[in-house]
Amino acid sequence: MRKMTAVARKEFRQIWRDTRTLMTLLFLPAFFLLLYGYALNFDIRHVRLGVDDRDHTAESRALVSAFVNSGYFDLAATIDDPATTKRLMDRNEVRAVLVIPSGMGRAIQTARPVAVQVLLNGDNANTATTVMGYALTIIRSESARHQPAAAPAVPLVSVEPRVWYNPSLRSTLFLVPGLIAYISMITAVVSTALSIVREKERGTMEQVRMAPLDAASFVVGKTIPYFAVSLVSALGIIVVAMALFGMPMRGSWLLLLLALSLFLIGALGLGLLVSSVADTQQVAFQLAMLASFLPTLMLSGFIFPISSMPRFLQLVTYAVPARYFLIALRAIVLKGAGLDAFWVDLVALLAFAIVVLTLASVRLRRQWV
Amino acid sequence: MRRVRFLIWKELIELKEDRRLFGIVILAPIFQLFMLGYAATTDVRDVPIVVADADRSAASRDLIARFEASPNFTVVNIVTTTGDIDPYLERGRAWMALAIPAGYGGRLERGRPQTVQVVADGSDANSTNVALGYATSLVAGYAQQLAVARLPPGVVVRGGIDARVRVWFNPRLESRDFMLPGVLALLLLVITTNLSSMGIVREKELGTLEQLNVTPLGRWELVVGKLLPYALVGLVDVCLVLGVALLWFQVPLRGSVWLLFAMAAIYLLTTLGLGLFVSTISSTQQQAMMTTTFFFLMPMIYLSGFIFPIENMPAVIQPFTYLIPLRYFLVILRSIFLKGVGLDTLWPQAAALAGWGLAILALAIARSRKRSA
Repeated sequence: MRKMTAVARKEFRQIWRDTRTLMTLLFLPAFFLLLYGYALNFDIRHVRLGVDDRDHTAESRALVSAFVNSGYFDLAATIDDPATTKRLMDRNEVRAVLVIPSGMGRAIQTARPVAVQVLLNGDNANTATTVMGYALTIIRSESARHQPAAAPAVPLVSVEPRVWYNPSLRSTLFLVPGLIAYISMITAVVSTALSIVREKERGTMEQVRMAPLDAASFVVGKTIPYFAVSLVSALGIIVVAMALFGMPMRGSWLLLLLALSLFLIGALGLGLLVSSVADTQQVAFQLAMLASFLPTLMLSGFIFPISSMPRFLQLVTYAVPARYFLIALRAIVLKGAGLDAFWVDLVALLAFAIVVLTLASVRLRRQWV
Repeated sequence: MRRVRFLIWKELIELKEDRRLFGIVILAPIFQLFMLGYAATTDVRDVPIVVADADRSAASRDLIARFEASPNFTVVNIVTTTGDIDPYLERGRAWMALAIPAGYGGRLERGRPQTVQVVADGSDANSTNVALGYATSLVAGYAQQLAVARLPPGVVVRGGIDARVRVWFNPRLESRDFMLPGVLALLLLVITTNLSSMGIVREKELGTLEQLNVTPLGRWELVVGKLLPYALVGLVDVCLVLGVALLWFQVPLRGSVWLLFAMAAIYLLTTLGLGLFVSTISSTQQQAMMTTTFFFLMPMIYLSGFIFPIENMPAVIQPFTYLIPLRYFLVILRSIFLKGVGLDTLWPQAAALAGWGLAILALAIARSRKRSA
């Protein structure tokens, strides 16, 4: 026990002396939350629209102003030939182009059908789908204005959308769990792995091994400081989110701490496992990135919805601890759910921690003697 | 020149000797691309939805059938009251709930306007937004069909305005075609910047950089010799990633491959310049890793437009994205892949990228001189 605290104290002092790393770990995450909380937005507005009006009638002008007044489109360019359309689309200066054929006004007055063209830049499929929805809605309602009065003015069935847990769909609330998972992975997995491999690389591992110290106290002592730093950093993110972005805390702090600790222990275990495989810090870093960073970012459901992935990849996500942590965190913070709603996820986190810690200790002990 | 060749040779041998690192540098990008190629889709498909049908009429079943038929939704269960949906949303078994009020079918029969409620779990704001859009347009289309069917016999629908939508560059609206070129850029950044910065700092840590400093190698020779091997590794990775993207994922490449490689070379200038710069301000590999991941990698992922479109960011933030080299490379890559445009359109981005690379490289070299002096 005393030996363990000695190792922990030594490691902690080493982190403490490296001010930049310490500051980075402790404060940067909260700062990033500030920056990204403001920057990232899922609302698509101010779509740059080009208008090619070949009609120049009251009706065509009404259609254009319906687009502009909708608040979704900004009139970015008035176009008078197809070559310009191509140039503007190629350079991303417009994202959508509305082409009004000559004779549209006349057609509407004489009650003949007429088609307007909407050209969309489809490179970002998601944005394009949303923009298409906006454009169709606007054109439909303009079209309805010209319909006879007998047709129903209001649609027979309409949707009343309600959003639970995060009514204004603020991205901050969505980012916080992801950021915590990301930061914890970086601090816990990568730092732990590097701190042990560093000793191997510099040859100080031999000295440690000669010292009257067993593998367990060395490993635990090495990881405790990183556990503490990660925990403080994660709590910092939560406090900033609550204070500045009005993130609610609907569940219990105790459960939150439990979920966070289980997740961090698993991450530390993963770091230890990586350190037992790698001999140089470069390898350790790349391995840690492969094993933690990318899966956490891509396969946890943080950015890309798991249900949209192909079946085999969905199975892979069950091995990503961040997946469970994300569910538990959202359930605690946003939904205020009790343990009965997410105990399975906590068990999964625990299982992950046990598996990686066992593997790591087996490998490390074999190397120790 | 000969001396540089020897240094490059030495670096390459070191890289090859370190079998694990060598394997990772070659295999990791392919592995990651496969993973990302399948995962990195922002399409929202098969949204699990629970239906609270308080009406249980032919009309309500008709509406539910629309949701069942849509590829965007999967109906997980049909319950009776709105109270029953709570556990589904709370446990994440459904992301959305559709609530059909009692008397829905009867009122619809009499032609009275109806509201159905769609409740969405907002804890994942991104997907929710998209899924809400799907639900709204599905119901709107349904309502329009009902309206046409119910028109009194004497009234004919008049012409009205019809919309013909044409999607350029990505007609099937595949988000993979948009994401994969971005993944290429990100992988290059992760591999080259981190490897080069950690590689140089490693020599510092081990004390061998001092030895190199006292050799007759000039500063330029040292920099070129240290960075060129990583540039080669980067270019090999470009080939591998490109091969998988084109042959396996069938991402269309409409522009010129040579332009792509030329641009990748310019991009490597900036990523390696960044690596060198980080190595001059770090004294341990851990520091180098932290600096790269936190100060460069994270902002680049979030603010470059890789995942989150820049146009959606507040006007205050948008100017800052010009400071991010990945922004330019992403535009270049996506334009070459999807739009097939050439240098005549892309020169501003290419110039910005080259400027960035030269600036950071110059800064890094200036710093490294001061240190060794």
